[in-house]
Amino acid sequence: MTRAAWLMLAGTWGVVVFCAARLFWLVLRTPLGDDDATASGEPSPEGDSRNGG
Amino acid sequence: MTCGIGGANPNLARMSHPWPLSERDRPLHVTGWMSAGDRQRWATRAGLVLAMAGNAVGLGNFLRFPAQAAQSGGGAFLIPYLVSFVLMGLPLLWVEWAIGRHGGQYGHHSAPGMFDRLGRSPLLKYLGVFGIFTNLTVAAYYCYVESWTLAYVVHSLLGTFRSEDPRLFFAEYVGTSGTSLFALPLQAFAFFVVTLALNGWILSRGLARGVELAARVGMPLLLAFGILLAIRGLTLVPGRDQGVVQSPLEGLGFIWHPDLTGLTDPGIWLAAAGQIFFTLSVGMGSIHCYASYLGRRQDVALNAAAAGWMNELVEVVLGSAILIPIATAYVGLSAVQAATAGGGGFGLGFMTLPTLFDNWGAFAPLAGAMWFGLLFFAGITSSLAMGQPILAFLEDELGVGRRRAALAFGAATLLLGGFTVWLYPGGAHGEFDFWTGTFALVVFALAESLVFAWVFGIDRGWEEITRGADMRVPAFFKPVIRFVTPAFIGAVFVAALVEPVGRWGAAFAALGTGQGWPLSPDSVLGKLLHVGGDARWLDAQGRVTRALVEDATRLLLVAVFLACALLVHVAWRRKARSR
Repeated sequence: MTRAAWLMLAGTWGVVVFCAARLFWLVLRTPLGDDDATASGEPSPEGDSRNGG
Repeated sequence: MTCGIGGANPNLARMSHPWPLSERDRPLHVTGWMSAGDRQRWATRAGLVLAMAGNAVGLGNFLRFPAQAAQSGGGAFLIPYLVSFVLMGLPLLWVEWAIGRHGGQYGHHSAPGMFDRLGRSPLLKYLGVFGIFTNLTVAAYYCYVESWTLAYVVHSLLGTFRSEDPRLFFAEYVGTSGTSLFALPLQAFAFFVVTLALNGWILSRGLARGVELAARVGMPLLLAFGILLAIRGLTLVPGRDQGVVQSPLEGLGFIWHPDLTGLTDPGIWLAAAGQIFFTLSVGMGSIHCYASYLGRRQDVALNAAAAGWMNELVEVVLGSAILIPIATAYVGLSAVQAATAGGGGFGLGFMTLPTLFDNWGAFAPLAGAMWFGLLFFAGITSSLAMGQPILAFLEDELGVGRRRAALAFGAATLLLGGFTVWLYPGGAHGEFDFWTGTFALVVFALAESLVFAWVFGIDRGWEEITRGADMRVPAFFKPVIRFVTPAFIGAVFVAALVEPVGRWGAAFAALGTGQGWPLSPDSVLGKLLHVGGDARWLDAQGRVTRALVEDATRLLLVAVFLACALLVHVAWRRKARSR
C-alpha cells in the first residue's frame, strides 16, 4: 500500500468517523423534544436562536 | 448570522401559509383531528436515526461502493464523492426530512399527500405517486435479493459451500444455469416468500414496535459483524494463514491509492454523484415517510445529518475494509481487479467470498453467516423503509387498517417480485433495478428539489428545515438547496439519459469530429432503443427474445405507475365527496 493511499485512507476515515460519532453523540444526548411545542399553526415568535432567528 | 426564521420576520411568518386556511387545510395540531397513522410516533430519537441510517445502508454499501471507488480513481474518487455528499446528498436529506415533517402535520405520511401540501396545484399530488410507485416496485425486486442473503446465511451455517462451487450454486438457485429466459426456482421462491412474510409481520407491528425495534437490533448487529469481519480480514498474513496469497492491505491500497488524473474526468464526478445519490436512498419517498412521524418542532437538521453521516461511516470504512481486502488476500489483486472491472462487487460477494471463508476453519460457517447476515440486516432495514410509505398511504388516504395494509403490501410485492423471479434469466430483474431503482429515483429527486426550492419557496423551505433544529445549519446551504443541488441532480439525470460508451472526454471528441455520440447500451436512451442488441420480440424460430421480456417489463412498470396514480385520484375524490 503506497503512502498516498495510506494518507487518503486515514484522512477520509478520520473525517467520516469524527462526523458520524460527533453527530450521533449529539443525537444521544439530546432528547427528541416536545412534538407540539406551539399551539398555533405559525412558527413561534422567538424563532430559533441556534439558527439566528 | 440570520438564516431567516419566520417567527423573527413577520413577512416570512405570513409566507408560511400564503393562502387562506380552511378547516381541512389546517395542521393537525390546530384541528386536533388525528388518523391512526398520526398516533404513531418514534419511541426514541436513537431509534429514529438508526431506522433512517438503516434505510440508507443497503447492499450497495458493501458490494457497489468498494468496486466503484477502485474503478474510478481509487482514493481520488473520495474527493468528488465527499463534495457530492455535501452539495447534493446532505441538502437533499434535509429537503426530504422537511417535506416529510411538513406533510405529517397534515396527517399525510406518504408522498402524494405531502406534495399536495407543497403548493396549490392539484397536480402536485401526482408527483408524489413516485413515492408510492418506487417503493412498491423497488421492494418487489429488492426483497428477492434480500432473500438470497437469508438463504446464504442458512447455507453458510449448513456448510453447503464446502462441497458446492458457489458459482454453480447461484446459477442453480436463481435458475440461470440453462438457456431459458424463464425460471421456476422453488428454493429461491420459498426464501422470497419467507422474506416478504418477515417484512410484512414487522411492518404490521407498527412504527415503534416494528420498524424501530428492527433497526435497534439490526443496525448494531450489522456494525458488530462488519467490524469483526474487517478486523479478521485485514489481519490476514501470507504464509502464516492458510490459503492467503497476498496481503489484504494490497486490496485496501487498490481502493485507496489516489489517481488524481481522474479528477478531470466528468465521468468520475458523475459516478461519485451517482454513488452518493443511491447510497443515501434519496428520491424514494421513504425518508419523507419516516420524517412525517415527527412533531412540528422536532429537529430534522441534526437527525438527518447524523443518519447521513452514519451511512457514510458504514460505506466508507466498513464497505472498503471487507470485500476487496479479503478477496485480494485469497485470490490475488489481479483477479479482484478483473472481478470489479464493471464497477460492481456482486460476483465477489456472492460467488467468491463463500469459498474463501472455508480457509477460516471452524470459524468458516460463522464468518459466512456474519457476512450474509450483515447484508441481510442492511437489506431488511431498507425494505422496511420501502414498505412503510405503502402502508401509510393505504391507511391515511384509503382508510385501510394496518394489518390489511401490510397484507396488501405483501401481496403486491409477491406478485411483482414473482414476475422478476420468473423472468430473472430474461432480464426482468435488471429492468426493475434500472427503471425503478435507478432512473425513477433521479426523476423524483430532481422534481422534488425544484418543487421545494421554487414552488414551496426557499424561504418557507429553509424555515421548515431549521425549525426546532438541534444544530446550526450553515446559511451557505440555503443557496445550495436553491441552485446547486437541483443542478447536481440535473447533471446526474442528463448523464443517465445519454451516458456514452467509455470516457466522456472521448465521447465529446467523437461528437466534435462528426462521428456521432457513442451512446451506451446502459443509458436510458440506449435501453429504450435497445442499442447494441436485437430489438425484435421473437427470434427466427419464433421464440421469445430478451427484448420482449425487457419491453414487457417496462410496460408492466408503466401500468403499475398508472395504477398508483389512479389510487391517488380515487383517494382524493373520496375525500372531496366526504367533505
